[in-house]
Amino acid sequence: MKWHVLRPLWLAIGLVVVILIARQFMVPDDFGVHGDSFTYNFHRLSNVQEWKEFPVKHLGHESCAECHEEKVTMLSASPHAAIECENCHGPAVGHPDDIELLPIERSREHCLRCHQSLEYPNNARSELPNIRNSTHKRRRECVKCHVPHDPREKP
Amino acid sequence: MSCSRRDFLKQAGGGTLASVLPVSAFTFLSTEEARAAVDNANVRWAFLVDTRKCVGCGLCVKACKTENEIPYDAPVTRTWVERYVITKDGQAHIDSPMGGRDGFIENVINGEEIDPENIDKAFFVPKLCNQCDNPPCVQVCPVGATYQTDDGVVLVDRSWCIGCGYCIMACPYGVRFFHPVHKVADKCNFCYHRITKGMNPACVDSCAFDARLIANLRDPDDPVTKIITTERVAVLKDEYGTKPHVFYIGLDENVR
Repeated sequence: MKWHVLRPLWLAIGLVVVILIARQFMVPDDFGVHGDSFTYNFHRLSNVQEWKEFPVKHLGHESCAECHEEKVTMLSASPHAAIECENCHGPAVGHPDDIELLPIERSREHCLRCHQSLEYPNNARSELPNIRNSTHKRRRECVKCHVPHDPREKP
Repeated sequence: MSCSRRDFLKQAGGGTLASVLPVSAFTFLSTEEARAAVDNANVRWAFLVDTRKCVGCGLCVKACKTENEIPYDAPVTRTWVERYVITKDGQAHIDSPMGGRDGFIENVINGEEIDPENIDKAFFVPKLCNQCDNPPCVQVCPVGATYQTDDGVVLVDRSWCIGCGYCIMACPYGVRFFHPVHKVADKCNFCYHRITKGMNPACVDSCAFDARLIANLRDPDDPVTKIITTERVAVLKDEYGTKPHVFYIGLDENVR
């Protein structure tokens, strides 16, 4: 039988077969619906574990206290108690083995994040002890006069 | 063969009933099985943002970027803080320079100096992925690279994503972006690597004002869950039907 439809039809069927065979090898075994919704739970299952194993970088002040207990004690008794060490010292991962000294954020801009007066009414920012950057000891580092670990003390 | 109307109706009804009822309808599930069929997790992560407490220091954005290896100076971020200043003429001035990464230390919004005398109200609104129950970003993914885990977090499979950007377009909250290094879609995942280890997300730990909190909605003793269930909380763009799971206290009508 010579029918002009047959040749492209075989080609199309052949293509589908090739794709189906290739799919068997290329799609990971754990790819499928893992949950009750095809729309939302269609994925590669091992990716969940991969995200769980993503490296943690901020270790928290409990980790800092293992070596720097006196600093953590001083901080936790001060008005700055709620501030995490790593907010100013950077993420502690790899310290002290790989990174001996963590970079310390001492800039004026860093303190101004909370302590620059914006004069906003009924805003938590206005209730913090604040300064006007343009008039208060211009361009001096705040840490020259204020101790970040306990701002009530003088250096 | 004769057939009365009554017999016909009886047999037709019985036949239809028998054909529509599959065998599985007659199996009885145990309580656990029934619960598993409906919902198999005892964890559902949610987030609580108290906009009244946020001072706009931006340390959450900084911590998020370093924790999640988001290029620090690239204009992309998984979480950001918006500043809203409503002046007396009713106009809303909104900005979020670099996602609020360096905080807000000037009274200048989009190049315009705002006179404090002229301000009616001003506040900061941290934003992050809402980990929706009906995530539109997941629906549109053509390859199954983004999905919802059984604890409610939406993740992106970096080895499977083809970078088409459909999800970035689909998210009504604009939380997704194209990762400049991995060349795939990226978004906040509540620091999945931390919350699954019993830690807080990096932004929650870095917040000195408790403006950001994480909750497990399935744990009735979770203090943050208690706040979400008993206080007056709101969500963003409720009308989209996405069922977002980032709850806000003190949300203003100007916030979109």
